[in-house]
Amino acid sequence: MTDLSVNICGVKLNNPLIAASGTFGFGHEYSEFYPLSTLGGISCKGITLKPRLGNPPPRIAEGKGGILNSVGLQNPGVDHFIDNDLPWLSQQGTAVIANIAGNTVEEYCMMAEKLNDTTVDMVEMNISCPNVKHGGVAFGTSCDSVASITRAVRSHCRKPLIVKLSPNVSDIAEIAKAAQSEGADAVSLINTLTGMRIDIETSRPILKNNTGGMSGPAVFPVAVRMVWEVKKAVDIPVIGMGGISTWEDAAEMLIAGADALQIGTVLFNDPYAPIKICEGLSAFLQRKGLKSVSELTATIKPW
Amino acid sequence: MKQVKKYDSQPFELVKSSEIAEGIFDLELKNPQLAKITKPGQFVHIAVPGKVLRRPISVCDVNGDTIRIVFRIKGEGTRILSETRVGDKLDLIAPLGNGFEINNDKKYAFIGGGIGAPPMLYLAKSCAKAKESYAILGFANKSAVILENDFNDVVKKTIVTTDDGSYGVHGFVTTALAEIIDEVDEVCACGPTPMLKAVSEICSKNQKPCQVSLEERMGCGIGACLVCACKVKHGGEEEYLHVCKNGPVFKAEEVVWND
Ligand SMILES: Cc1cc2nc3c(=O)[nH]c(=O)nc-3n(C[C@H](O)[C@H](O)[C@H](O)COP(=O)(O)OP(=O)(O)OC[C@H]3O[C@@H](n4cnc5c(N)ncnc54)[C@H](O)[C@@H]3O)c2cc1C
Ligand SMILES: Cc1cc2nc3c(=O)[nH]c(=O)nc-3n(C[C@H](O)[C@H](O)[C@H](O)COP(=O)(O)O)c2cc1C
Ligand code: FES
Repeated sequence: MTDLSVNICGVKLNNPLIAASGTFGFGHEYSEFYPLSTLGGISCKGITLKPRLGNPPPRIAEGKGGILNSVGLQNPGVDHFIDNDLPWLSQQGTAVIANIAGNTVEEYCMMAEKLNDTTVDMVEMNISCPNVKHGGVAFGTSCDSVASITRAVRSHCRKPLIVKLSPNVSDIAEIAKAAQSEGADAVSLINTLTGMRIDIETSRPILKNNTGGMSGPAVFPVAVRMVWEVKKAVDIPVIGMGGISTWEDAAEMLIAGADALQIGTVLFNDPYAPIKICEGLSAFLQRKGLKSVSELTATIKPW
Repeated sequence: MKQVKKYDSQPFELVKSSEIAEGIFDLELKNPQLAKITKPGQFVHIAVPGKVLRRPISVCDVNGDTIRIVFRIKGEGTRILSETRVGDKLDLIAPLGNGFEINNDKKYAFIGGGIGAPPMLYLAKSCAKAKESYAILGFANKSAVILENDFNDVVKKTIVTTDDGSYGVHGFVTTALAEIIDEVDEVCACGPTPMLKAVSEICSKNQKPCQVSLEERMGCGIGACLVCACKVKHGGEEEYLHVCKNGPVFKAEEVVWND
């Protein structure tokens, strides 16, 4: 038997597949399809200090092989999450990752404090949301700001801290190094790429927010390249995501350098994708004579 | 795994397909497990070969093991769906959303504007007082009229309106509704937003409850991704609910109509 489990910052995941933040809510809806222990972990919908209404609709548009979203972090707030969603989620036999976003560094720190004494397994700091006016991606695009926010949140956060990186930067490896140097336990990438679609009949953007974040199969090659660059630059675990939709994609992302994976957009098309990807990966490992999925990580032989 | 699922992603076999008006397709899809738990006003989320996103389509009718859907070719996704051949399988997440609430003691007006007519059919069929209820169906012109006979079999009277007067009553569904509203207890409507807004205004003036079925672009279809937002108000507070999970049917007075 092949071993699909992985260990990320001391947290054991049943398998390398984590549901990507914002695509899986707090798990309830997908638990109608299968037990949530089918997944290695769940990165919850991005939460903020206070509840957020989110952006006006339409919030989603389609492109060839990809989608754009502009949800704008609609969420019930960190306290509601801790009181109402977390107790149930923590009993589902899967790792729970709280994804946090803030308008200010202080807000991130306050949320990290609130999460310290909860059953959350890890904290993922989202400094890469393209859909909010304040904060969000602004923290994630320069090495200095990434370093200072990571340092600040690190000093308040007693959970393993993942920093989620934006692909909307010129050198993502430098950003990852900045996060590592200030105490990040892991990095996850990529968040969405900013994009836009326009209705040619009305000249109106499809999204009410005009622009949105792109995800899905079309971003996969970009994500693979970035995971490869980041893995070479840091020693901490790398959680790879962006457009993974088949077990072959999952294997490719692991080979590029990912220690674990997140999947999001594919779930909209096929809620059962995690099961299919795990089965495919198992068979692949067996065929390759590998005992553990971790043996695949960073086995890329670049030219 | 749960014994009884509220919804699932499963293959449906296409058993019948026809073009009932130009660019409007009528499909019958078979799945023994999911068809029979489908209620009026619910929808299905259909995987389209080659597309990243599924397409949400209302359930028009349920007959034993099959569901019927009627849709208009809007863009590429619905065009691909229209080319499905009998015997082919489509993957549907079904049934989704909250349907209409039907009260067995009430007489209704079922209002469908254009491609909003189909979901009214199963609703009308499920209504105890259908034979005392009205269907009002509005279309652009004669060639766009669909499902008139289907409704005729079910309700007391079917009123068809056309914008250009080429068939039935010349005018909008609201013209017809104003004339019969005293004879019904409640109104259910599906169609373009301006129509729904106008219908809900007539209902509130006449103090008749009104349920409307809304549309919004969707991702997951089950309430997890929060893209299909719809603004509603409870008391003074406005918030975004989600068409796929909290709807698609809402109480008209709670909807905040956007312009
Ligand atoms: C709950 C619900 C029930 C519906 N029921 C029916 C029905 O019974 N019959 C019918 O003909 N149509 C129905 N629609 C509309 C139907 O979903 C769209 O016409 C269809 O998705 C268009 O896809 P496309 O690829 O042909 O068009 P495109 O414009 O190319 O689609 C591009 C993207 O926008 C989305 N989109 C475009 N228009 C709409 C719309 N009006 N509503 C939601 N998403 C849209 C598509 O799903 C796709 O993701 C319903 C929509 C909803 C939300
Ligand atoms: C509808 C939607 C909402 C998202 N919301 C969040 C969020 O709240 N926080 C976050 O860090 N990422 C969010 N993301 C980004 C995803 O977590 C992920 O980084 C991205 O979608 C790439 O992966 P994918 O191609 O597998 O979807 C969202 C993505 C989508 C499609
Ligand atoms: S489509 Fe995902 S919440 Fe409605």
